[in-house]
Amino acid sequence: MKQWYLVIDVRWCHDCNNCFMSCKDEFVDNEWPGYTNAQPRHGHRWMNIERRERGRYSRNDYVYLPMPCQHCENAPCIEAGKGAVTRREDGIVMIDMEKAKGNKELLKACPYGAIYYNEEADVPQKCTMCAHLLDDPDWVPGIPRCAHSCPTKAIKAYHLEPEEMEAMVKEEGLEVYKPELGTKPHVYYKNLHRFTRNFVAAGVLVEGDCFEGAVIELCKDGQVIETQKTNFFGDFKFDGLEDGKYVIKIDADGRKKELEAQIAGQSLNLDFINL
Amino acid sequence: MENEVRLTNSSTGGPVFVYVKDGKIVRITPMDFDETDPEGWKIEARGRVFNAPRYTTIAPFTAGQKSMIYSDRRLLYPMKRVDFDPNGERNIQNRGISGYERISWEEATDIVVNEINRIKRESGPASILSTPSSHHLWGNVGYRHSTYFRFMNLMGFTYADHNPDSWEGWHWGGMHMWGFSWRLGCPEQYDLLEDGLKHAEMIVFWSSDPEVNSGIYAAYESHIRRRWLDELGVKMVFIDPFFNHSANMWGMKWFSPKVGTDHAISFAIAYTWLTEGTYDKEYVKTHAYGFEEWADYVLGKGEDGIPKTCEWAEKESGVPACDIRALAREWAKKNTYLAAGGMGGWGGACRATHGIEWTRGMIALATMQGMGKPGSNIWSTTQGVPTDYEFYFPGYAEGGISGDCENSAAGFKFAWRMFDGKTTFPAPVKLNTEAGQHIPRLKIPECIMDGKFEWYGKGFCGRSIETQMHPYQYPAPGYGGIKMYWKYGGPHIGTMTATNRYAKMYTSESLEFVVSQSIWNEGEVMFADIILPACTNYERWDISEFANCSGYIPDNFQMANNRVISLQAKCIEPLGESKSDYEIYAMFAKKLGIYDIFTEGKDELAWVKQYYHATDCPKLMSWDEFFKKGYLVVPDNPNRKKTPALRWFAEDRERDTPDWGPAPNQTVALKGLQTTTGKIEFISTSIKRFEDQGFVDEYRPSMHKYVPAWESWHAEVAKKYPLGMLSPHPRFSMHTMGDAKDSFMMDIKDHRVLVDGWYYWIIRMNTVDAQARGIKDGDLVRAYNDRGSVILCAQVGERVQPGTVHSYESCAEYAPLGKPGCSADRGGCVNILTPDRYMSKYACGMAPNSAQVEVEKWDGGIYEIY
Repeated sequence: MKQWYLVIDVRWCHDCNNCFMSCKDEFVDNEWPGYTNAQPRHGHRWMNIERRERGRYSRNDYVYLPMPCQHCENAPCIEAGKGAVTRREDGIVMIDMEKAKGNKELLKACPYGAIYYNEEADVPQKCTMCAHLLDDPDWVPGIPRCAHSCPTKAIKAYHLEPEEMEAMVKEEGLEVYKPELGTKPHVYYKNLHRFTRNFVAAGVLVEGDCFEGAVIELCKDGQVIETQKTNFFGDFKFDGLEDGKYVIKIDADGRKKELEAQIAGQSLNLDFINL
Repeated sequence: MENEVRLTNSSTGGPVFVYVKDGKIVRITPMDFDETDPEGWKIEARGRVFNAPRYTTIAPFTAGQKSMIYSDRRLLYPMKRVDFDPNGERNIQNRGISGYERISWEEATDIVVNEINRIKRESGPASILSTPSSHHLWGNVGYRHSTYFRFMNLMGFTYADHNPDSWEGWHWGGMHMWGFSWRLGCPEQYDLLEDGLKHAEMIVFWSSDPEVNSGIYAAYESHIRRRWLDELGVKMVFIDPFFNHSANMWGMKWFSPKVGTDHAISFAIAYTWLTEGTYDKEYVKTHAYGFEEWADYVLGKGEDGIPKTCEWAEKESGVPACDIRALAREWAKKNTYLAAGGMGGWGGACRATHGIEWTRGMIALATMQGMGKPGSNIWSTTQGVPTDYEFYFPGYAEGGISGDCENSAAGFKFAWRMFDGKTTFPAPVKLNTEAGQHIPRLKIPECIMDGKFEWYGKGFCGRSIETQMHPYQYPAPGYGGIKMYWKYGGPHIGTMTATNRYAKMYTSESLEFVVSQSIWNEGEVMFADIILPACTNYERWDISEFANCSGYIPDNFQMANNRVISLQAKCIEPLGESKSDYEIYAMFAKKLGIYDIFTEGKDELAWVKQYYHATDCPKLMSWDEFFKKGYLVVPDNPNRKKTPALRWFAEDRERDTPDWGPAPNQTVALKGLQTTTGKIEFISTSIKRFEDQGFVDEYRPSMHKYVPAWESWHAEVAKKYPLGMLSPHPRFSMHTMGDAKDSFMMDIKDHRVLVDGWYYWIIRMNTVDAQARGIKDGDLVRAYNDRGSVILCAQVGERVQPGTVHSYESCAEYAPLGKPGCSADRGGCVNILTPDRYMSKYACGMAPNSAQVEVEKWDGGIYEIY
């Protein structure tokens, strides 16, 4: 049975919010009977874009993680919903607006914080992956609104057999966010390390000028794990690093230096390293 | 989707499909092409083929447009200020304070027409002032150059000319170096995408954030181009006090100069090239004027005796000398394009106190590397798409139904195609000419409050390089002073400079009558005596092209990946008693006795049809077919000769690009630039002549020099207000479109922040500065200087270097905590803090993108001043 999946590439999200705005466009003031009540005008984030800042001026970056309902295979909200939450055959997790009425507790069940409460309608709500459109043959784009309006194609929607998806996960190195929760999301991320891990960056100077082509070895536990050459600004940047102690070995045409770098939940800008 | 109808429309952020059911808009989406739409262009470069995308993009304010159409801030009925009596007490002192009562259109039009006729008979039509907003809506027939000018020109009025607000430094500085007056000093960009894909090795984005603006109006059309360039290994470097969104996505390096010091870096780069001999000496010899004397100045042999070294630039700008030198050396080695501003020119630093010299610095650097040769140009990746430049469809600035050849670009081509002079006629301007009465928008408060004002240049000075040097005065000789103000849209407090002035002027006794014609109750609408409710372009008929404004950005449809022409369908009936601008003016025209001349018996749809037939569209599609389909995609024209911008200049040929200038009389035998010498002038002959006539301007010398910005860390004012505030065009909204009005945008985390029930505008500051002031992320703060106070939400981080703060301009909400014009605003109009001083003595432009401020935790006070 074909399933719906979202694949979100963190590399290409720059927080333009078209997905967030389109989601509101589709659901605010629009009732979709059998799917969901209208979304309140403010407050809900069915597409919640998380922002993370890494590093320090001027070797820093911002990473954005668009986070809708993860449409988990083992969705904790299904049990907490006591029959009000179901998983469709195509993998889309739906909240029944009638049966879920008054169940504010459902919000706590979602480890991704993707369920919101509609105080006026007294009902929990969340992303439906635009199921009312996907079910409608007249909807020409054939994909959810967030993906349709994403200008960088950072968000893509796929309707695939699970085996096809598995192959794509392997081929493109896709990951789920917080796999340790074991909920088996149908939302996959590419380049997730930018959000979950850190970098160390610096500029190498020789006699006060930026040095291009210095060989930089990043070592952990006595092993070289990555090698880079500095660019014309003398800069290097190792990304995707887990917490831990690293040693950086610099060789600028025979001038050498070694330094330690401790990553502990934060990225490091080591500024200039003078040789 | 049962019973839904899919219609078409368009916006300042892209063309759209609009799904309508039972007279209500259900959704607004980007436009997708189908199999009936023609194939687009293709470019072959470096072994790859790049094709025009088969989709369009929209901007976030367009994605959220439905919430602006259905907004509780919509004005649904004509209204009168409760204590305004045109025949008795006007209570002018209560403007901005007292409330409103609903009246009928009959009553509203009677009051306004009586006032118009009274004032015209007392002191002539020049006593009626009017000016519209920029970009409030989209549509070539209903837009301000069209419907608005057609009516206002027939009624008679004094126009408050818009200053070249996004060109400033290019207009007042760049133009004197290389001409391009018909582009207000910015360069042509024809066919540069192909040039870049073939040759670029590096792009330096200087005060340029194309991932956000894509030039203007072009949504996210240019993203794919940078993706291609990235895939080809092109390196991208960013220079901007703010770590902008393009820098985050593409930048291998970010330089963050202190606000107002970019040009120190450009001088240091030139110094490096001069001392290392790494510039294009042959090109400079034949294409530049005054270069040697200028080079001496750079090297420290000039009057100031300061060599403009990288170490000197580090002291000025805070950017490390080693980084500047590394960039200079790589630039000289590699095929480098300079993305100076958002569009090849435009925006950013050109709108700052150092905008004139920054702009000239950009042109100087591009010149030194042989601008126009393959692989070297000023290009921001936002234009130069090879669509069919020969297909004629005008932009909104080409006059539409006004045919106004003075205050729009109708005279280039369109007026002669639109009006046959037998059955249909333009509405030419009689009053707002260079010899008539007009005032500068930036100085409306001075004209009204002081009753007189003097300045140089009328609005956008595009006719020639010298036009901007013409002196003007208010009142113009023999003309009446302003008694009535018919405001169209309400954003000045969020868009102009030192904008408490605009609030204060409304209580001037000389301003007898104020009308506000607006869609929303926002900004300065609250100061009107009579409010006229207008509707959006989703509630009337119109026609337009994606990202095509034309006028002073000729042929800028080349920002979009495809030429898409939309029928803008009347999707729903106007809400409440609101009406389209055309209908409003038609009502007034009737009572003013000019109905037949104004309408020629036509409604908006009839004008749209006439417009369609004045373009090249009928060659591709009949009107009936277009009306049914709703849009038209212009096919590729593979026979068009490719003419990269300025290649003709680099190769000393006659210009072969389809650009609008220089006019034949501004060249010698059609060769060379528009300048006197035909070359790029490092010593400007036009400014030199002006100087010789006694008009000496220390902030705009004839030679391109390092003139320290008058409001920056150098200035005396920085002792009291040490933080340099950068205030660029906003990210998610388009000027005031999309902001406030209870729109969806209020919920965007990086747009506003909800604190205790109020959505606050954001100011971004460095961790170091925040800590020194006891400010935490999310705190409410007061940003202030002698011009006023604004209450904002602090976002603390590393997006700016210490000493710099960043807050976008163009807030739509003006919410003074006490007396309007004299108290802190918590709407977020940081323009209250920006300088109202002109860029220089004779350069009458604005410099909002640099202001010195202080920031402190807000204690809840209302901070009344004056």
